Order: sequence, then C-alpha cells, then structure tokens
Amino acid sequence: MNAGNIFPAWEGFNDGTWAEEVNVRDFIQRNVTPYEGDAGFLTDATERTDALWAEVCVLLKEEAKKGVLDVETKKPSSVVSHGPGYINKDLEQIVGLQTDKPLKRGIMPKGGVRVIKNALKSYGYELDPAIEDVYTNHRKTHNDGVFDAYTDDMRAARSSGIITGLPDAYGRGRIIGDYRRVALYGTAFLIKDKKNQLKHENLMRLSGKLIGIREEIQLREEINEQLRALKQLEDMARGYGFDISNPAANAKEAIQWTYFAFLAAAKQQDGAATSLGRVATFLDIYIEQDIKNKIITEREAQELIDHFAIKLRIIRFLRTPEYNALFSGDPTWVTEAIGGMGENGKTLVTKNSFRMIHTLTTLGPAPEPNLTVLWSNNLPDNFKRYCAKMSIETSSLQYENDDLMRGYWGDDYAIACCVSAMRIGKQMQFFGARANLAKALTYAINGGRDEKSGKQVAPEFAPVKTEYLEFDEVYRKLNQVMDWLAQLYISTLNIIHYMHDKYNYESLQMALHDMEVVRTHACGIAGLSVVVDSLSAIKHAKVKAIRDENDLVVDYEIEGTYPTFGNNDERVDKIANDLVKLFMEKLKKHRAYRNAIPTLSVLTITSNVVYGKTTGATPDGREAGQPFAPGANPMHGREQKGAIASMSSVAKLPYEYALDGISYTFSVIPKALGRDGDERIHNLSNLLDGFFHDKGHHININVFDKETLMDAMEKPEEYPQLTVRVSGYAVNFVRLTREQQLEVIHRTFHESM
Amino acid sequence: MEGYIHSIYTGGMVDGPGIRTVVFFAGCSLRCLYCHNPDTWFRKHGEKKSIEEILKEVLKYASYYKFSGGGITVSGGEPTDQPTFLRELLKACRVNGIHTVLDTSGCADEGAADDILPYVDLLLLDLKAYNPDSYRRLTQSKIERPFATLRVAQRLNVPTQINYVLVPDLTDDISEFTEMAAFLKQFKNIQKIEILPFHKHGELKWKDLNIPYKLADTRSPATEELERFKGILTAYGFNR
Repeated sequence: MNAGNIFPAWEGFNDGTWAEEVNVRDFIQRNVTPYEGDAGFLTDATERTDALWAEVCVLLKEEAKKGVLDVETKKPSSVVSHGPGYINKDLEQIVGLQTDKPLKRGIMPKGGVRVIKNALKSYGYELDPAIEDVYTNHRKTHNDGVFDAYTDDMRAARSSGIITGLPDAYGRGRIIGDYRRVALYGTAFLIKDKKNQLKHENLMRLSGKLIGIREEIQLREEINEQLRALKQLEDMARGYGFDISNPAANAKEAIQWTYFAFLAAAKQQDGAATSLGRVATFLDIYIEQDIKNKIITEREAQELIDHFAIKLRIIRFLRTPEYNALFSGDPTWVTEAIGGMGENGKTLVTKNSFRMIHTLTTLGPAPEPNLTVLWSNNLPDNFKRYCAKMSIETSSLQYENDDLMRGYWGDDYAIACCVSAMRIGKQMQFFGARANLAKALTYAINGGRDEKSGKQVAPEFAPVKTEYLEFDEVYRKLNQVMDWLAQLYISTLNIIHYMHDKYNYESLQMALHDMEVVRTHACGIAGLSVVVDSLSAIKHAKVKAIRDENDLVVDYEIEGTYPTFGNNDERVDKIANDLVKLFMEKLKKHRAYRNAIPTLSVLTITSNVVYGKTTGATPDGREAGQPFAPGANPMHGREQKGAIASMSSVAKLPYEYALDGISYTFSVIPKALGRDGDERIHNLSNLLDGFFHDKGHHININVFDKETLMDAMEKPEEYPQLTVRVSGYAVNFVRLTREQQLEVIHRTFHESM
Repeated sequence: MEGYIHSIYTGGMVDGPGIRTVVFFAGCSLRCLYCHNPDTWFRKHGEKKSIEEILKEVLKYASYYKFSGGGITVSGGEPTDQPTFLRELLKACRVNGIHTVLDTSGCADEGAADDILPYVDLLLLDLKAYNPDSYRRLTQSKIERPFATLRVAQRLNVPTQINYVLVPDLTDDISEFTEMAAFLKQFKNIQKIEILPFHKHGELKWKDLNIPYKLADTRSPATEELERFKGILTAYGFNR
C-alpha cells in the first residue's frame, strides 16, 4: 500500500505500522536501500559549501583565540528564546542557530545560576542582575535542589574526588530525542499522540504497570511539558519560515526538520553530551527518493549533508573552567551512529553513511559531530575499507561493536555521549559520571581515610597495618569500600536525577520519546587498570607500604615483577573482569530513582588526567598525581606484547556487566599499519574485525606520528583541524590543555619492533 | 621441547601478510653492523619456552589471522640457530592452520634448511650483500650459506621475499647490487625483493648492551638513492 494516501508527503514510501503509530524503525526497515558499493560516487564540496565553511573557519579561529566568541548574558536560552540566526543566509541550505549569531553561547540558569555566573566571569562577562535575582530568589535551580538533599557523606565523597564529574551543576545530557520523528511525522501527529497519552485515566495501567500516585502526577505534568515543547519547536521553525507541523516532503526538508528538532534540544538543554542519534540512514531514504525522482543530484545531496554537518560542528555550550579541565576541548558529543546491521541480516549502511563520513573530506577533519561507526563483521567490505581509509587520513572516527550491542538493544539504537547504547526514543539514562576506583583502593588500605587529605571519607574501619600488603586482606577491604561506595553512588544519583527532573526537565527531548521509557542509572568507573595492576602487584610481587607521620599510607615500594593488564595474561586480566563484575553486582543491589536499572561504564574521556591528579600514589608503582590510563586502557608503557595483546585484554572485559560501555583508545603510527596505503587500509579493517569478533566493545583509532603531535604543540596555529581521539571522543588536539596534550603523547603508541 | 625466546610481539603488520604474531628467538651467530635487535644476540637474554606455551600464546589471536590472512612470523635473533625447535614450532603451527613466515639470514647449518623449509609458507630471506668480502665484513659470516638456503627454497618451491638493507657507504655499491639482481633472476620462487632503508632505531639497544655501534655517523639513504636501487630491480623484472 502507498503511505501517500495518509499524508501527501509520504507518497512513494512503503506502508507499514509506522504509518499508523510512531515507529521510525519500522519506516527504516521497510524503505531503506542498503548500499554495498564503494565510495566512488561521492562528490566534492560545492562552491557554496566551501564559501560557507570558510566563513565559519574565520569565526572558529577567532573563537579559539578568545575561548568563547560571544555569550548571551541577559536572556536565558530556550527553544524560542532567540529568533532566527544565520551564518550567511544566502549560502546556508540548512538553517538554524542556538542564538541569534553563530558560536554565540546561550545561558541555561535552570541548571544552576552560580555556575553560569562563574562561567561568564571567567570569560570576562557579567550576568544580568535581573537573571541572577530571578534564579537566586524566585526560581529554584537544579543545583540548589541537589545541595538541599545531599548528605554530609555525599559532600565529602564529592570533594575528595572519589565520586567526580557528577551532573549536579550542569545539564545531565545523555538523552537522545528521536529527532527523526519530527521529519517523518511532523509535529501535529506527535502532538496528537502525546494528547492521546494524556487521555488515559491511569497512565501506567495502560501497560499493566501500577505506579504510585506521585509518579503518575509527575508523568502527567511531564507530558504536558512535552506538549508545550513541541509547540515551541513549531514556533521556532516558523521563525525560520518553515511549517513543520506536517511531515517533511523531501530530502532537504527531512534534514531541516531533523536538525530543527535537534537544535531545539540544544537550545533548551546544555547537557554534557547531546547526541544526534542515528539519522544518516533514515535521511538516506529521502535522498534516495529525491535522486530517483531527479529532484536533487548527488552533488546537492552532499551539499545538504555538508551544511547539516557544519551546523553540528558549531553547537556550543557555556562551560566553567573546572568543567573544561575535566573535559577539555569544548566537547558537545553530538554523536551520530553510522552503519550497523539490521536484525534481518541486511546491512543498514546506505550511501548516506558514506556522505556523512565524507564530510571529513569536504570540510576537513573535526571532532564534531562525533562520528561513530557501528561495526559488524558482516558490514559490506567496501564500507569497511572506506572507514579504515578515513581513520588513517583523519583519526576522526570511533568504532563500536554492532554485533555485540544488537543483541541487547535491537537494530535501532544510538550512542549517547561516547559509548552508551540506548534504543532511540524508548530509553534514556540518568548520567552518573564516574567513581574513582583507584581511590577506593587507597581507602581500603587506609581504613577509609583519604590518601591525600587524611580525612575520614568512608566509614572508619581497621586499616592495613602490615608493612607488606597482603592480597586477601586488601581485596577484602576493597570489597567493603566498594559496598559503601556503590550505595553512596546510587543514592547520590537518585538525588541528582530527582532534582533534575524537577527543576530542569528535558521536555523537548522527552517529547521525542515514547511515554514509557526504560531508564538506566549510568554509573561509571575510572582507574580500572590502576587498580587491577595494583592488585596484581600485591598478589604477584611484594608491595611495601610507606606511611607518613599520621600512619597514612602515602607511597609504595614494589619488590619483584608482576603481570600487568594489557598483555592478555589471564593472571591479571581475571582480576579486571572480577572487579567489573563485583562493582556491578554491588550497584544492582540498590534501589534507583524511577526504577532505573543500574549500568556501568569504563570510560573517562579526558578526565583521566584530573582523576590522576587528585589521587595519591597507588600500589602498582604509579606516583601521586600521575594520570590514569584513559577508559579501559592499560597503563602507559606496561603493554609489552604489542597492540593485539593489549586489545585482547580489553576485549575480555565483560560487556554484560558494563552495559554503559567500555572505551579503548588505540594509537598507532602509519608505518606500523603496513608498508603502503592499501596494506594499511586492509590491516586496519581486519584489526577491527578481529577486535570486535573477540567481543571488544569500543575502540578509538588514532593514526599519526608522535612528531606531528609534538609539532602541533609548538605551532598550534598550523594545526587548527588536527583531530585526535581520546577515550570515547574526538577532540581538536590544539584545544587540549598542555597537560592533556602531553598525556596523549606519552600514551602508548604501538610501533612495531 | 624448549627453545630460547627473546619475546613475543602481537600486532606485527610489516612482517609478512596481514596481522601477525612475531616470535623473536634469542641468539644469533651473525654480528651485522646495522643490526637493530642486538638485544636478541644472546640466548641468555631469552627465556626458555616450550612449543606448547608459544602455540597457546599464538593461538589466542586466531581471529585476527583469519580476518587478515596473517599468522606467525618467526624472527630473532636467528631462528635457524635452534633448528630442531624451530622445525617443531612451525610444524605445530601448520597442524593448527596458522600461516607461517620465517624471517632469517639464511645462515642455517647445512641440512637444516631441508628440514625446516617444508613448514614455511613464506620465507623472508635477508640477503645482506652479494660480494663475499662485503658479506663477511658486514656479518662476519659466509655468503655461501644464504645462497644454499635460497637454493633449497627454490627446490621446495617456498615463496620467498628477499630483504636488502641499503646502508650508505656499506651496501650501496650499485654494481654489486646489479650483479645480485641478475643472479636472483634465476630463482622463480622469489616473489619480491624489498629494499629497506637503513635506520638507527636500534642504536640505543647497542648502548644499553655496552657494545660500540660502528654506524653512529651513518646517515639514512636519501629517497633518490632508494629509487635508483628500486629502478634496478624493476629493470630486472622484479616487484611488478
């Protein structure tokens, strides 16, 4: 049947349940055209694209000099706060800015007004006193709410750094609206759907689930908030001269509608990670149809995608210096998941998967959007080779294991932030940053006292008293500390997300979700390889504790050698597996807000440097203040058996117990990948096949010489677009702090002997 | 059965086709001036390992070999200095379906090549010079031995790649190289001749071992020199 009978815009699409109810996946499955060919069809940037990008580059350069180009200080950002803004109206094929000018950052005081004030101050701006008054005296913020409910324990854990990066003063992010819904259905259809949800007397009885009175009231209020947001979205689009109440009728509209929805989310929320989702293949359906009907050419299709990508590259949020120290390089994590396989065994790679990656050529490399290839051993060879080639040329891609994730999340999931998979429009997460497991170990040794301040942070218990550490005792005590930590961690997240929902609800993003969503409590750990190596040292070598005058263990001496993580050595890799499982099991024991399911990630992005800085010496021989390895990486210089052994240790970590993702960063010099271009492409592609076949979850690929990075440190102006992948994220190398640059350089480069 | 192993390195991508696990044997009787692995000269710097132990390690990466067409590369040190152990290791790899590459100077004892080469899928033969005197000066060994190995490889039809390190003022005699190319023409099993430009990455290892490094002042060959030597190979019909 032809769906065109329902909406004229649907003319030519294959009918299905998607035409009767919100179901983007069904639309994709029935209309997608898989592409198994090579990259030969791709075209160069148009003159218009070159001209537009050149204008943006001038602004980016200026921004890089000043830190921020411009900031709004008076009017809090919302979906409709700012009227239409343009870079260059005559050139732009896809329109819409967060504020009235490109790269001008908005303020979102609902998260916390002090944060805004400090952030503005650090760049030489002042917050409008009226705004400060409203959000101090009349309208409570998320940040205020959280601190009203925090216990002393939580405050202590937060300031000691055993739990860090919590979204208690900035937007929690990690929510992916199904922005495609706006293009496919138009807002009128979605509004009708939301109104229908409200009609049910008892909202949750619908699914046979009984929920409490408070939850039901909350849900009812939220759906009305969502309705309001959808109407605001319509208004915003109207400001640009578009009526998006009806479905998009062609490729250009589909991209524009999708972008408007995403833009509205970025105007309402400054979430730590604002993923785009999985739009390339969805949009391909419109492009295919337009090309078939000779409405656009391939060149024009690429131009639309390029202009879309330009917009995604200039998404900006205002951050404080503390935030920047943790997550350097001004990240927004506009993550787009590309490729993957359908549950029916057919690939979801389309020509538009190529076009999206091709923006790295037409516009040059860039960290955003955070292009994420969902890798399957069954992906078309041509696509695999293209990805490998682009990785070698730009280091701007990350890869995640579609064969592994599909089993958990189906074939219409996307990646929040860096490594967190979730079904689009059906699932969201309560972001929980991470607990510092290395600190947990020093607490275990010191009876709950902080190894740097000496303060009693965890409940007091008997410290290790022997001169040499004994494995069973340390492990037993670590277990105790982890019990305490897991409980405290979940309770802290409960408060944060209760308050976030209450004071800073993401109504636009949630409007693009089903009524019932699965929620996860996304916990995380940092310093895994530090703890694992420490335990291995205690078990396989002799570790002497060095105590200060207050009997606090502040340093360690290792006698003998021990197996280290990253060498595919079961003696130590098993410790890593056990530890991940152990912490996950402990998290699961606690009740979470809104019945969220606790999950775990092993991910740090660039925060491994700050985590290291706030952590004293550890029994693995790591000195106080030294950076941790990023994500799940082995510690620098301790991998002695080469790249594949290191990858194998990481691949063995159990995804089942770390469903929020396991991040691994791999850096290699081009010469080590093979003698010539073809051989390098072949080898890199097969390397990914091997890693994912062996159940690795995520890998960042960096291909460059150490010399290039050293040079870029000295002459940043010559490398404005040099992109490197850190744990789960790509970043402009020259925008990292010097400390983080050094850390990236010192990180193991896999060179062949 | 045990052998002296210096180290095992995974993810080798320039030591034969695909992604390979490289097993470095400890011990080598040659003393090549440009050696970049002098830390593998002595057995005492290695560790005793059994065939089973090595095989277990190598098999851990089977999926990578499968996808890339890779396998094991035995290097060193000089693997053929432990001929029986080497043969048994290669045999065990064969039984387990692992592609085998042997990286050698070809200076095996007489008879050893006949014993070993049947289990080699690709021979990387490091032919360091052509003139017997330069060979001796460079390696302190006799040129007849690698030639003998090459003849066995030809007889057993083992695909072979010749490696030649181009060292300025040492192995850059163009007429000697041309003679060598002409000589190698007769071996139909040679698939490729690779010219490797001299580099000094190994210098630090010499220092660590307290052995004077005689090439400290030698430069890497210029691109034009490299191209000139490659041109000779092309002229003789190699690497097409």
